Amino acid sequence: MSAAAFTGSGVTDIDAAKVRGAGSNVHFDKVVVAYGSHVVLHPLTLDIAPGEILAMIGPSGSGKTTALRAVAGFVRPASGRIRIGATDVTDLPPYERGLGMVVQNYALFPHMRVEDNVAFGLRAQGADKALIGERVKDALATVGMSAYARRYPRELSGGQQQRVAIARALAVRPRVLLLDEPLSALDAQIRRNMVEEIARLHRSLPGLTILYVTHDQTEALTLADKIAIMRDGRVCSHGPTTDLYRRPPNRFTAEFLGRANLLPVTVAEAAGPKGFATARHGDAVLTGAARDEKAGDKSLLCIRPQHLSLTADSEHTNRIVGTLREVHWQGELTHLVLDVDGTPMRVSATKLPVALPERGASVPLFFSPADTSLLPEDAGV
Amino acid sequence: MLVWSRSGRLVIWVFFALIFGVLFLAPLAVILLSSLADQWNGVLPSGLTTEHYTDVARGAAWNSVKASFITGFLASALALVSGTWAALSLRLQGAALKRLLGLLFFIPSAVPSVSVGLGLLVAFSHPPLLLNGTIAIVMIAHFVLISAFTFGNVSAGLARLSPDFEQVASSLGARPAYRLWHVTLPLLAPYLVAAFGLSFALSMGELGATVMVYPPGWVTLPVSIFSLTDRGDIFAGAALTMILVAATLILLLGLERITARATGS
Repeated sequence: MSAAAFTGSGVTDIDAAKVRGAGSNVHFDKVVVAYGSHVVLHPLTLDIAPGEILAMIGPSGSGKTTALRAVAGFVRPASGRIRIGATDVTDLPPYERGLGMVVQNYALFPHMRVEDNVAFGLRAQGADKALIGERVKDALATVGMSAYARRYPRELSGGQQQRVAIARALAVRPRVLLLDEPLSALDAQIRRNMVEEIARLHRSLPGLTILYVTHDQTEALTLADKIAIMRDGRVCSHGPTTDLYRRPPNRFTAEFLGRANLLPVTVAEAAGPKGFATARHGDAVLTGAARDEKAGDKSLLCIRPQHLSLTADSEHTNRIVGTLREVHWQGELTHLVLDVDGTPMRVSATKLPVALPERGASVPLFFSPADTSLLPEDAGV
Repeated sequence: MLVWSRSGRLVIWVFFALIFGVLFLAPLAVILLSSLADQWNGVLPSGLTTEHYTDVARGAAWNSVKASFITGFLASALALVSGTWAALSLRLQGAALKRLLGLLFFIPSAVPSVSVGLGLLVAFSHPPLLLNGTIAIVMIAHFVLISAFTFGNVSAGLARLSPDFEQVASSLGARPAYRLWHVTLPLLAPYLVAAFGLSFALSMGELGATVMVYPPGWVTLPVSIFSLTDRGDIFAGAALTMILVAATLILLLGLERITARATGS
């Protein structure tokens, strides 16, 4: 299938399959963004590999959208450079960067039909009619919206509009796809479906580099190859999704990504060859996955709520005792909050003992050393 | 709904009907009746006739309609272009400059229109800007008086326009001119049409400045109406007024239909 790739306003005939596999890397090199004297993005150095989905997550005002807008060209860095592929785009206007962008409110042009929305970027770049027709058809088929080509955006549901917005961004065969909170305006059920659809989409376009900005950790965990967690205009952690989740490097990451329980402990014995250290919390002797903690170090033992159990078994060899404070039943899950020597511990349980203890009762909690991770108590952010 | 009770709502409706009837409908009804009155010495006209319409149609009425339409159309079009341009340009400026220039744009609308006419008359009465006695000075007077309203309308539209539309268009490769033509202006269309309609209506009714600057042979409807009533020909003046109202109404309804079709509402 013949297609074309766009570099700036030039159109070059190339093979579509190759374009799909030809994502570009994005490189932030000490990028600083400031509004007057107010710095909103502190020196940011970060790489997104070709074909990778990087999710930038963080609370409001953490600088994640600013970083995306700097890539898009809508905010100008006060210093530093941004490269997409081999091109330094720092001084290029947005329309010469070869990107696709999807925003929270879809921003479909209401005066254009779906097919015209999808064709917009190609027409703006002066592509020929035959190519536009082919690309529009292809992009709409990719997102399952072929049957809606003649409709106006106002005739579509929120989820359908977001699919069209994605098709519009894909139709120009972008070097990088920028997704700025793309699912925030959708209700929970549709959002879950759309996350799965975006995951499917990326599997079918494996070369597409995606920068995905969200405040929703579930979206990030489901979709991203890597996650950058932002806080106060800085990246406070960055790495492969599973690593960040299993071995958070600091308290903020542990709490923001999955609301981990952090139990203060003192390392009693450094990690052995298997990577497990022994630590004490009061009288309890616990085993946890360690990095380079030494005996006597003050640490935090990170345990995810779903890894705490009310019943013992051969794997759950760690045991602590807490006072049951709250029970919240949510259908398939029950959330418990216990107080362990002043530290609140959240438990998410799918199975509970037949007789649930009363509030105020002492309840033992069990967990596996493999499901824990020690992190330094003073790990900055 | 602010008032829940049935009696309360009835009181509000009666109050509204009274205000609307006395302030808006009564003057128009009087003019309509005057335009059709044979004689009017009592509470109501003694008879009805279409003679006044025939008279004004035989006279210079159609020239006045033409002069008003052309003046209104050209001045509104010019005001729309410059008001849109100004609103788009000011959007890119800092908040303080934006506020200052925005205020400056509105100054002519705060000055009595007679003063604007007088100012233009003095300013354009010497070479090289000798425009006295030309149609151009009428256009300029109308343009000066209505441009603030087009600017205000377009600015309001731009303020409500999410920057996402233009940013997404840019990221897809649309250069500024393409983006303006295919995204910004179509999205502003309802505001542009409303701005044009308002400017046109204001221009059609403009008298103060026009009466100071109009040349012979370019007598607009309000000037004709003023002349007729000034001479005591109230009924003919009323007939011309109804023609002015009808012409303006037809154009505004047409514009509204265009907007509705464009926006799908």
